[in-house]
Amino acid sequence: MEMDHVKGKNKGHISLYALSTCGWCKKTERLLDQAKVEYYYTDVDLLQGEEREKAMKELKRWNPACTFPTLVIDGKCIIGYQEDEIKETIGI
Amino acid sequence: MKDEIEVSEEEVDKLYKKLNREAEVGGYHLNPDVEHTKDLVRGILVNEKRYGYWNCPCRLSSGIKQDDLDIICPCDYRDPDLNDYGTCYCALYVSQAVLNGEQKLGPIPERRPLLEERKKAQTKSAVLSISSLPLPVWRCKVCGYLCARDEPPEVCPVCKAKKDRFELFM
Ligand code: SF4
Repeated sequence: MEMDHVKGKNKGHISLYALSTCGWCKKTERLLDQAKVEYYYTDVDLLQGEEREKAMKELKRWNPACTFPTLVIDGKCIIGYQEDEIKETIGI
Repeated sequence: MKDEIEVSEEEVDKLYKKLNREAEVGGYHLNPDVEHTKDLVRGILVNEKRYGYWNCPCRLSSGIKQDDLDIICPCDYRDPDLNDYGTCYCALYVSQAVLNGEQKLGPIPERRPLLEERKKAQTKSAVLSISSLPLPVWRCKVCGYLCARDEPPEVCPVCKAKKDRFELFM
């Protein structure tokens, strides 16, 4: 599935599954933006049909409850805006 | 294809003020982190335009109102989450302890059961017969407050509507 790309410092492969309306997702994005790291994200609520199904299938593999935000950093999954854990994992 | 919906700052401000007023009257509190709270209010307004109802901004809508009734804001899970964690799932509403800085605010686990479990619970509750209730349940038509007692209260403790605004619910 194709995700939106945000340019920045490479701190590993970071993918963010988010909702465009969600407050904790925004906080997660702001954290990544402030740290100026490179990441990929997708707002699942803005996807439709097949695209959404694909994204949800991928997300389900990481987080069976499919909650947002779900962050995957080099194969490690962090569910929810766990500020300290995110910072520690990325090294920011 | 993406459908981005625009919501103006005035709309956000207006609803923010309204929710804040109503929350305080009802004994609830909005999150004092105004940036976060307004992000959520914007999300609610986007969802209203997109789906026709106030789908919880932090949960994916099915687009079918009947299936999302439990996550229309304020959702069925707000009060138990306020009790257990001092915040609703999105952190739109927070407890007095959080407001006072006595309880730390952070992300909380999702309380909403998975779809299969919700379906199961639905069929189960439909089997419950009215005669199994030890008391009648009254519903405030203004705000939906429910109470199980012989008669409705003089005044709704949540929205202050008078006794005559109550209906027999079950
Ligand atoms: S979690 Fe909070 S913002 Fe979301 S629907 Fe429930 S009360 Fe509203």
